[in-house]
Amino acid sequence: MTEQVLVKDKEIVVPGEKLAIGMSFLPGSGAYRDSEHIVAQRLGMVSVEGKVIKLIALSGKYLPKIKDKIVGKVIDVLMTGWRMELNSPYSAVMTLKDATSEFIARGADLRQYYDLGDYVVCQVVNVTSQKLVDVSMRGPGLQKLRGGRVVEVSPQKVPRIVGKEGSMVAMIKQATGCEIIVGQNGWIWLSGEPEGEVVAEQAIRKIEQEAHLGGLTDRMATWLGDKTGKSVAPRGGAQ
Amino acid sequence: MSVYSKRFDGRGFDELRSMSAKVGVIPRADGSAMFQIGKTMAYAAVYGPRDLHPKFMQNPETGILRVNYNMMPFSGHGNRVRPGGGRRSKEISMVIQNALLPVLNLKEYPNAVVDIFVELPQTDAGTRCAAITAAAMALADAGLEMKDLVCAVAAGRVMDKVVLDLNYLEDSHEDGADIPVAILPNSGKVTLLQMDGEVTREQLKEAITKAKDACKKIYELQKAALKERFVRE
Repeated sequence: MTEQVLVKDKEIVVPGEKLAIGMSFLPGSGAYRDSEHIVAQRLGMVSVEGKVIKLIALSGKYLPKIKDKIVGKVIDVLMTGWRMELNSPYSAVMTLKDATSEFIARGADLRQYYDLGDYVVCQVVNVTSQKLVDVSMRGPGLQKLRGGRVVEVSPQKVPRIVGKEGSMVAMIKQATGCEIIVGQNGWIWLSGEPEGEVVAEQAIRKIEQEAHLGGLTDRMATWLGDKTGKSVAPRGGAQ
Repeated sequence: MSVYSKRFDGRGFDELRSMSAKVGVIPRADGSAMFQIGKTMAYAAVYGPRDLHPKFMQNPETGILRVNYNMMPFSGHGNRVRPGGGRRSKEISMVIQNALLPVLNLKEYPNAVVDIFVELPQTDAGTRCAAITAAAMALADAGLEMKDLVCAVAAGRVMDKVVLDLNYLEDSHEDGADIPVAILPNSGKVTLLQMDGEVTREQLKEAITKAKDACKKIYELQKAALKERFVRE
């Protein structure tokens, strides 16, 4: 029996497609073993790392993961906290203690702090097997979002929008003069001059559409340069 | 026994009607696909995993799959299909759900639901098979964990011949049988097998073998349609 990888690196595969043959290969995320074969378990892009064959997801819903920084929306006020929507099948709870460092008196109206419909940046602190999620706003950069707009993208595209060490989002910020906060759940908050916000949103949509193609950073630099009339460098400053 | 010497539409006995497939036809859905075989056309939209209501349907062990099959009022032969659900569509929804569930892994989504809506704007027999084929592509497009795709085709008998992919004239023939089959293309396992009419043991075996071969063609089309979404422009 010959041992070999049956697909090319970065190839798009469909569920059930055989990726490799041989017992020395290991299935990574999105793949499973069926006797001597490694088989794709979802629609995705193949990534071969030595003997591990995994799939990079191209679509799907956000599943909360501990330590993810996300943008959440307050959908309900509870006795001792707030319920948040996360662009996910599951909602999260933020308790009083995790919400603010301010003192909140017993019996206070919690809507004074975070009202229904408010957007906040928060962090996932716990996820149970039944997908009960706790989020917290204690930490650097975790805050209530005032003004601006929220754009929804596919959560799988978030790493491309952020770029290597935040290079892509830094470039958009520099070109449009917007403040941008990218949540791992696919909600992105933008705030700036209206014209800048429009360009930033278009830029994000463009990245989302071309996320699986190579040479994206350079193409975005040119595109942003044309749109804003500024000179945009691919490595435009730190975030 | 009378002889079925030539098919009504001139096809070969093992020949499928012309097919086409497209993925991502409904932008607002989490996954969607269209599958067309001859004059039968199915659109499938997948939403979820998402919060499940009513709450009593929630299962804390796993996510559930809900299928809604619907023939549009103007589909078929122009003698208006009664709009909305009925006994027939409810049963077909259930068999589609049973045909798709074995490949899905919804363990990661306790208490949640995946909804599939299949709409058929134009029908000429073989609707449950077209629905399954479209729904399998839509589920893959939604990024759900699946062991395999699912392909389905109707086999059957008209008079003395075993035929594939029956159209309405053959399906409703007085001396015949309709055998819809759904197959997992990589393992060859069967997830749907129904029969309306009578066949001999040999004819049934032949029908299933032929359906398995035909499913390979459908599988290639599904694969191509799913990959086409991500090709370099």
